[in-house]
Amino acid sequence: MKNFKPWLPAMLSIIILLIFLGVWHLATLPTQGTIDPNLDPEYAKLLGASAAVGQKSTMPTPADVLDKLWVNVKDPFYDHGTNDKGIGIQIAYSLARVSLGFGLAALVAIPFGFLIGMSPLLYKALDPFIQVLKPISPLAWMPLALYTIKDSAISAIFVIFICSIWPMLINTAFGVSTVRREWINVARTLEVKPLRMAFKVILPAAAPTIMTGMRISLGIAWLVIVAAEMLVGGTGIGYFVWNEWNNLSITSVIVAILVIGIIGMILDLLLGKVTKWVSFKE
Amino acid sequence: MNELDPIIKIQGIAQRYPKREGGTTTVFENLHLNIQKGEFVCLIGHSGCGKTTILNVLAGLDSTSEGYVFVDGREINGTSLDRAVIFQSHALMPWLSVKDNIGFAVKSRWPDWTKVQIEAHCLKYIQLVNLSGAENKRPAELSGGMKQRVGIARALSIAPKILLMDEPFSALDALTRGVLQEEVLRICAETKQTVFMITHDVDEACLLADKVVLMTSGPQARIAEIVENTMPKPRTRATLHHDPQFYKIRNHLVDFLVNRSKMHLTDPNALDFDPKYPPVVQPGLDNIAA
Repeated sequence: MKNFKPWLPAMLSIIILLIFLGVWHLATLPTQGTIDPNLDPEYAKLLGASAAVGQKSTMPTPADVLDKLWVNVKDPFYDHGTNDKGIGIQIAYSLARVSLGFGLAALVAIPFGFLIGMSPLLYKALDPFIQVLKPISPLAWMPLALYTIKDSAISAIFVIFICSIWPMLINTAFGVSTVRREWINVARTLEVKPLRMAFKVILPAAAPTIMTGMRISLGIAWLVIVAAEMLVGGTGIGYFVWNEWNNLSITSVIVAILVIGIIGMILDLLLGKVTKWVSFKE
Repeated sequence: MNELDPIIKIQGIAQRYPKREGGTTTVFENLHLNIQKGEFVCLIGHSGCGKTTILNVLAGLDSTSEGYVFVDGREINGTSLDRAVIFQSHALMPWLSVKDNIGFAVKSRWPDWTKVQIEAHCLKYIQLVNLSGAENKRPAELSGGMKQRVGIARALSIAPKILLMDEPFSALDALTRGVLQEEVLRICAETKQTVFMITHDVDEACLLADKVVLMTSGPQARIAEIVENTMPKPRTRATLHHDPQFYKIRNHLVDFLVNRSKMHLTDPNALDFDPKYPPVVQPGLDNIAA
């Protein structure tokens, strides 16, 4: 493979972005309509000139979105009642739900995965349950959660919990069960006690795999929170999207999509940093 | 035979596996061996004769199908800090620095030691294997020879009664191997360490061993002979081959590996002796041998 200058990928990224924005801009330019000769002039007058001569596309232009984004970023934390909160507040709600659900899932999945990974018997016995539960869309749990918990806010957190638990559980169990035999043998010949073995040998050896599971989980949690909040309503970035759809503000929806993507990227980058920190070269 | 009580007594151990089509495969059987304190014993045999299993049994990592192993008069029950293992693949923990890899072992041996004590102890052994300056490096940053030095330092740092080595130098290039062999020789001579080592390398055995245990090829491997290395000590790699005994011993070992190790499979009388007392030979002092 040929080497390239370090700034080349960034420049290419910017060019791709500019092309994308350009196409978007051209595609959403206001159509220059001519007055339909058959149109009743009275009717045209009634509707106003814009309707008569064709109109601006309902899809916002990049400039519109940029404007809207600026408005949202300028004042992200305003609160004008239930249906009019700043995007910052909505994201804070979503992040709080995700971190609570994800955190609880980690607290359950990692110790439990550790146990399963240590015991081939448990691994085999629980595998069918995990395999059945894993592919269930987390939203399918929503009615059950609403019915049993009877609280929409907690139900949303439960849905996050249930969707983030599986990748962490499976990866932890896999990481723990595949720790190199020789490291365990070294510890055995040193008469290392089980707890020290778990924390000083198995945990660091399995940490990269566990972290990979956590990254997958957090990614899924961030995907699911938007859908969950659309269902649950009230607060959060998912609700924001739905609310703006009801307002027919496509511009705001696009802004929200952009923000969701960026936050998701930041979350993954953060966990990526931690993964790098616990990884080791052999 | 010896008035001293041996530190390791292996009595009639055997390893058998059930075959897929029924019956059992016997890897080795009827194995008896005594090792005295301070002795350096090398075990030589072809692959598949169960050498590594024997070492793992001594380490307490494996168990046998039959027989008993006593260390210091007590039957082996699992692993012990008194028996340190140097693994063929060095088995360093890649997330720990050189110092911490050794420190992990030291902390296991003396859980009550302070950080300062552990650090000082680690540095002493890092110096012993000539790795000063690399204490904070990760294993990934070290060459194969340096990694094995760390493995040696880790094993020695817990002051084991017995050092078990499973082909410790076989993954290294010839130059590095030679240097490490001499260091092991020096360290073991200084500390009068009891060592049980598996090797494929006849020259390595000639240099290091007091006794070379020869095993026949598997299945049903057994100890065929114990060769006493009668070359005077201290030995060095540079002068060893000038010793008049060297080629007698070396040829004896090579002859065994090439010709005699499979004899028992065709000649039922080849191992016609009490397996508790395999013949002890001193080819170095034998004048007739070429």
